[in-house]
Amino acid sequence: MTHTRRLHLKTIPLILISVILGPLGNVFLGKGMKAFGAVASAKIPDLLHIAPRILLSGYIWLGIACLMGFFITHMLLLTWADYSYVQPATSLSYLTISVLSYLLLGEIISPLRWLGVSVICFGVFIVGRTPPSSSGEAHGA
Amino acid sequence: MALELVLFFFIVVAGTGGELCVSRAMKSVGEVHDFRPRSLLAFVLQSLRLPWMWMGIALMALGFFSLLAILSFQEVSFVVPVSALSYAAGAFGAKAFLGERISRNRWIGIAVVCIGVTIVWWSRK
Repeated sequence: MTHTRRLHLKTIPLILISVILGPLGNVFLGKGMKAFGAVASAKIPDLLHIAPRILLSGYIWLGIACLMGFFITHMLLLTWADYSYVQPATSLSYLTISVLSYLLLGEIISPLRWLGVSVICFGVFIVGRTPPSSSGEAHGA
Repeated sequence: MALELVLFFFIVVAGTGGELCVSRAMKSVGEVHDFRPRSLLAFVLQSLRLPWMWMGIALMALGFFSLLAILSFQEVSFVVPVSALSYAAGAFGAKAFLGERISRNRWIGIAVVCIGVTIVWWSRK
């Protein structure tokens, strides 16, 4: 088995986990934040007024938990794969986020937005055909 | 519109800068071979001793709070794809800051991702 193939075998399952956890976290955050109305002020008193309410939201904490799971998976990936490979590869999550936003938040996704997300995924496909690490054997097996 | 642009700037630049710092810290800790909980905990504690890790966490926190603010008035299916602009920022940053070699195909993929982001921006409500 080649070094590159071994890298792919341990990289792809972790990428799939992060592709689900990341979007799910953002969907929960979106659901939680919509409950407070638009936070359009950068004034400290306004932010201090809304911060405790945000910290008491179950959806926000659920979102943070999913994003922490995503973050740990991402950290593990970065110990052997290039950042410039991992970041675009996990962008498959943009397809997941569109589907979850539609199913869980009832957002209407226009054909133009689906097109944009599809183009992003095509970009990801191109990136996915490049080797995870540009430094070859230097990172070990 | 101006507020949205400022928040997207923080999401993209601070978020990407934070990930680059974390990536630098991770590379200095070394590759993970042992996935048992105790070993993973030791790995996390070891990474938390590095200044790059804390700088990365601070920048990522700024990006995260900007994300929370924009999610209070914009759709998730719009905000998250537009934040994919961080791919371009990430590639330039990885080349300049981490010394990664980025192949021509990877650049092409990143360019296509950016075209997709532009199309998603046009779908803004």
